[in-house]
Amino acid sequence: MSPLFLNALEVILNGLMAGIMYSLVALGFVLIFKASGIFNYAQGVMALFAALTLVGFQTGQVPFAHLINAMFGTEIHHWGSGMNTFLAIILTMIVMIIFAWLLEKIVLKHMVNQAPIILFMTTIGLAYFMEGFGDLMWGADIKTMDVGLPSGGSIWLEDFTKGWAAEGTEYYGMYIDVLDVWAAGIAILLVIALTLFSQYTKTGRALRAVADDHQAALTVGISLRTIWIIVWSLAGFVALVAGIMWGSKSGVQFSLSLIALKALPVLILGGFTSIPGAIIGGLIIGVGEKLFEFSIGGMIGGATENWFAYVLALAFLMFRPQGLFGEKIIERV
Amino acid sequence: MDQDNRIGDTLLEVKNISLSFGGVKALTDISFDIKEGEIRAIIGPNGAGKSSMLNVINGFYHPQEGEVWFRGKKREAMKPYQVARQGVARTFQNIALFKGMSTLDNLMTGCITHMKTNIFLQAIWKGPAEREELEFRERVEHIIDFLGIQAIRKTPVGRLPYGMQKRVELGRALAAQPKLLLLDEPMAGMNLEEKEDMSRFILDVNDVFGTTITLIEHDIGVVMDLSDRIVVLDYGCKLADGTPDVVRNDQAVIDAYLGVSHDD
Repeated sequence: MSPLFLNALEVILNGLMAGIMYSLVALGFVLIFKASGIFNYAQGVMALFAALTLVGFQTGQVPFAHLINAMFGTEIHHWGSGMNTFLAIILTMIVMIIFAWLLEKIVLKHMVNQAPIILFMTTIGLAYFMEGFGDLMWGADIKTMDVGLPSGGSIWLEDFTKGWAAEGTEYYGMYIDVLDVWAAGIAILLVIALTLFSQYTKTGRALRAVADDHQAALTVGISLRTIWIIVWSLAGFVALVAGIMWGSKSGVQFSLSLIALKALPVLILGGFTSIPGAIIGGLIIGVGEKLFEFSIGGMIGGATENWFAYVLALAFLMFRPQGLFGEKIIERV
Repeated sequence: MDQDNRIGDTLLEVKNISLSFGGVKALTDISFDIKEGEIRAIIGPNGAGKSSMLNVINGFYHPQEGEVWFRGKKREAMKPYQVARQGVARTFQNIALFKGMSTLDNLMTGCITHMKTNIFLQAIWKGPAEREELEFRERVEHIIDFLGIQAIRKTPVGRLPYGMQKRVELGRALAAQPKLLLLDEPMAGMNLEEKEDMSRFILDVNDVFGTTITLIEHDIGVVMDLSDRIVVLDYGCKLADGTPDVVRNDQAVIDAYLGVSHDD
């Protein structure tokens, strides 16, 4: 095989891995949009907040340390010791559930029957609030996350593929980050679990019922407010998973919240209401941008990954605005 | 049918209900009762306040004045899902099904008030959640047999024809094993055959399950045949209340609803 072909193959594989990471973020958007018609601008910040909280618990940081120190003149920053990773993940999840509960009690409760744009604005406010709150709680410094996932290039794959190229050519094997493979595996598990849950359990059906018709859901005895707490908790859970994966990859800092922007083209491709759509959309964007950079990027000065996804989304908006798997909106006249 | 055995005590009573939206009076001082096991109809011309009345019973609207008594207790202002949990199920004039879900899932969702496992047990799935799922699946299959909709159990209901959707909606309401079943124009827009089917289902539900039924319907022939007692509303006021024979011969009803006779 020619090295060029092998390189392209490597690019596609890496694109798929990157795509899964985008899908993880997009998934959180889809969950909330399906159930309540809200486009949750704060999804990226939720991922950041979850990651901050997880690192904070892990390293034994005292929450609100700066605030406490400023108010009482103390000098505390850390508890004696950190926490087991598993326990920290559980605690972070509990924090995300409490957050969902408070959000419903304090904010969403008053937003019933408001226009979608109002709800969208609410989530923008929420995003800025959470960003500040996260900083206040855990400090604004850049943190590294280590939850024990392996990382670095796969030596096995490198050795395995080294001999694939034709004799006499220079080829050193494929490079794939093991962390990406783990992320892909976890994302796939997450999607399967979410799909099974929504298909075969009472709560799953209730979630779909609410997504379908609020009034009908009320008449069969479903409390919308309970469902919203569950939906936002699930979105918090997905944000936590995305936060762990992206945090392990590129550190926990403000820019983590910007991954939400990469989820937008994914959603436009896959459709806002489809979980499989979020996955396929992510894969197409991931592979598309890597391949484009590999094949054409060099000719036009590179760095195409920054904009390719958005141009692709724009093209989609022109020809298939509902996305690949979204519901087509047909207006009856 | 043996009237005396079938019909029991008062199940639901509305007392002096008045409901207005701003300056529009939808209901004025309405009182009537629904007895256990009976088929009770609410009729009246368009805009008479029939659907508003159902919405009050169901908890969608909260009347400014008046009380609702259910099973001998005064009911506080309640949300629709709380009313549903007390055992009141309903169907809608313009069908409110979960269109993206299959017939089976729609009916299973109808059972939701009776399912007890919590979200964590469901997430584990094996054990209580699975047992519960099987138990209610069996109940739902009974209803599917009863309504003769076996062939469409896996079809997303959005794709079904109108008459079938009405039937599925009835099925979903039945899945809740309601004490009181409210039907808002169950036969609207149906052809004769579908109406006959639906009438048969309503009578069977009442007979086999002993469910108390309150229905709104425009087809006077059907109403007179089906119901034990009829309330007649006009412009939000109660015109008459009684058995079909009484209502049929009531002069106020004839004037308002069937049109004033100009013979004499």
